[in-house]
Amino acid sequence: MIESPRSRAPRTRGHGSDQGLEAKGQGSGATDKGTDQESGARGEKLLPANGRQGTQTRILASHVRPPTPGPRPPSDGWVQRQHVLDLDDFSSAEIERVFDTADSMKEVLARPIPRVPALRGKSIVNLFYEPSTRTRVSFEIAAKNLGADVVNVAAGGSSIEKGETLLDTARTLRALGADVLVVRHKDSGAPHVIAQHIDVPVINAGDGTHAHPTQALLDAYTIRQHFGHLQGLRVLIVGDIAHSRVARSNAWCLSTLGAEVIFCGPPTLLPPTLLSPEGHRPWPVESDVRLDRAVEGVDVVMPLRVQLERQEGNRLASLREYARDFAITRARLERAAPRAILMHPGPMNEGVEVDADVAHGDRSVIQEQVTNGVAIRMAVLYLLVSSVSAAERSTSPAGPLEERLR
Amino acid sequence: MKTRIRGGRVVDPSQRRDEVVDIVLVDGRVVDFIGPDHDGAFDREIDARGRVVAPGFVDLHCHLREPGFEDKETIATGSLAAVAGGFTTICCMPNTNPTIDTAGDVEFILATARRAGLARVIPLGTVTRGERGKELSDASEMAGAGAIGFSDDGRPVVDARLMRYALANSVRHGKPVVDHCEDPELAAGGVMNEGRVSDLLGLNGQPAAAEEVMVHRDIELARHTGGRLHLAHISTRGSVELLRAARRDGLLVTAEVTPHHLTMTEDWVLGSADFGMRNAGGVPARNPQPTFRTPAYDTRTKVNPPLRTEEDRRALVEALAEGLIDAIATDHAPHRTIDKDCTYDEAAFGISGFETALGLLLRLVDAGDLPLVEVIRRLTIEPCRAFGLPYGTLSIGAPADLVILDPGVEWTVDTDRFHSKGKNTPLQGHKLRGRVVATIVDGRVVHQVEQELSRVD
Repeated sequence: MIESPRSRAPRTRGHGSDQGLEAKGQGSGATDKGTDQESGARGEKLLPANGRQGTQTRILASHVRPPTPGPRPPSDGWVQRQHVLDLDDFSSAEIERVFDTADSMKEVLARPIPRVPALRGKSIVNLFYEPSTRTRVSFEIAAKNLGADVVNVAAGGSSIEKGETLLDTARTLRALGADVLVVRHKDSGAPHVIAQHIDVPVINAGDGTHAHPTQALLDAYTIRQHFGHLQGLRVLIVGDIAHSRVARSNAWCLSTLGAEVIFCGPPTLLPPTLLSPEGHRPWPVESDVRLDRAVEGVDVVMPLRVQLERQEGNRLASLREYARDFAITRARLERAAPRAILMHPGPMNEGVEVDADVAHGDRSVIQEQVTNGVAIRMAVLYLLVSSVSAAERSTSPAGPLEERLR
Repeated sequence: MKTRIRGGRVVDPSQRRDEVVDIVLVDGRVVDFIGPDHDGAFDREIDARGRVVAPGFVDLHCHLREPGFEDKETIATGSLAAVAGGFTTICCMPNTNPTIDTAGDVEFILATARRAGLARVIPLGTVTRGERGKELSDASEMAGAGAIGFSDDGRPVVDARLMRYALANSVRHGKPVVDHCEDPELAAGGVMNEGRVSDLLGLNGQPAAAEEVMVHRDIELARHTGGRLHLAHISTRGSVELLRAARRDGLLVTAEVTPHHLTMTEDWVLGSADFGMRNAGGVPARNPQPTFRTPAYDTRTKVNPPLRTEEDRRALVEALAEGLIDAIATDHAPHRTIDKDCTYDEAAFGISGFETALGLLLRLVDAGDLPLVEVIRRLTIEPCRAFGLPYGTLSIGAPADLVILDPGVEWTVDTDRFHSKGKNTPLQGHKLRGRVVATIVDGRVVHQVEQELSRVD
């Protein structure tokens, strides 16, 4: 699932024409040479009206899931995807496809009644083992906007409290008819465990300190909205990198799209391998322990939440000292590039990692991030359900998006 | 009962023997080596032609879980798994429930093992009562009852003062103190090796330093007391270097390493694993297996000490080859399936190791890292020397504990066919080369692969 940055797919989109979203998804598989040879001229010719027939052999052939041994399917072409666990195996073409879909979703959101029946009859279950407001509500609204039924399962007040295991809970929800599980868990890899053992599409809504793919997608989408592109932008992520799933997923997502990512934080909050002089860097990022140096000329500044409950007197001597060295203040933000924007994945500790006047100032795009989050999650849900439906040859997979959005 | 083992290649490092010869066993003892033309009347003849005959393997470190965790393993099932893996003597760790704190506890293990009647099972006692790290257990009494050493395995002896006294007492009873070297604060919450993979996966890591600071402490305490220290399952390059320095200073410190630390790395947790079996020059191993990818976060790779880096693995292999590390020990740690069907953080530590040990170790032979003779040495005479056991040899008069191997046979790991209750191994589905065909303890065939063996005359 994780590959070295060098071996990743080219950062170009695999096609020129934009004949609707389904067409693009197909074309984005252009780097997938093996299947090209088998299916002949894939692309335009194989694009059926409903956007699925030409893809079925690919889907079935690659429908090999762990723990079954075998190579993982190539990452191009959203249509193959059974889960969204992290962005480490997303190509730039695939991310662009999410963005293009999200653009359409934003048009839906702009309507007086922002609802379409694209996922009518589908059941989306939010399985949240960790408290969350914005991510859960964002997924819930996204699913409802697409006409899906949404069920929220929280760890409190369910059989989870009675000791039911993660897998049993997931199995039960699948048996009850869940079409997608949206999983948030305090342990890294929990969604992967479900995906390995149970035949249900899983979207990772944040696992431990590992990944938060939809957050990274909405972050990148928001950046693109402001700059029109990500190529060559410098994005500074500040704070508790070691425990941040947002930072990890952004490292993959932003670098795949051509941005330069800089991790900045005190040494005790940086991943240990970034501190070691000779170690292999796990991500294609730079790192710095001095914010005043790192902030110079960057295009995006993204402070992370300091987890008050577990840091003080331990990894951090005091929050006051942390804020002195690492808070994003107006003065520091002015050392960034002239058009630099401020982002935050939330929830914020104003006065700790970011000053209130900056957080609510004219550089801040934090509210846009939240709005974009709904569009991104609509896009991810739509694309995932479409690909899974196509794979299952079930009735009425979501057809061309324009049609479904009518 | 007079038995002839015919035509095998007898590999016995203790006797510097590596030749095709017949072995004569009488009443549970090795009594003679004879040529193929030798005539004589035998009650039983075992055909070992085309196979390797070695002293039975001796495991200094395993977990049999009884008493207290019989749903994970029992002394009977653990013994059966041991002999299936070629082990005729196994030393079991005292972290049961209750822990093995007294002479009576030791006697319980010995009696239960006798009833099972398979491998020789020799218990270790705890260093501190209940492994709580507060007060010393009655080591001399347990030694008198048959304990072979003392360990709080599963956890270190945290209190340096208690470790000092435990080592001092070892002078009195002569048995080693076996420390699980791990600084509990540095390793706290760590579920795998700290490094590139733990960073990528967002898992808490145990730094190599967590092991090494404890290894260093223990060596200094052994130096100070003159006590008998054995380092359990060392796993890092730094530990190897500390051991090397201790030996250079003439200290009697012994150490063991597990088959999984010799052959597997942290990349297995990432799920992109193959065996990484490359020679020093980066040349792929002879007969490379097709790369087998396991899923990321495979909880069956969770073991303590954790699977380390390729650099650590290479240092361990080299230390074994040069004799710095004395013994290979399985750290067989069976668990229930539900102990592993959960998130990586929640999963239990441990790999069920008896039945895959030989197959893993022969990968080292395949890779050209270690000759077969050296692998057998580290499974037989060297562990016996480390713990003062009278086994691991096929000298005349020695107990007739031996194993017949077919190093050429390829097989696929299928945990459904394990004798152990513990099915927890990341090797499930992997191809390994080399199987135990038969295991003999005290002259009795306690394990044999169906229809592979011998006819009774």
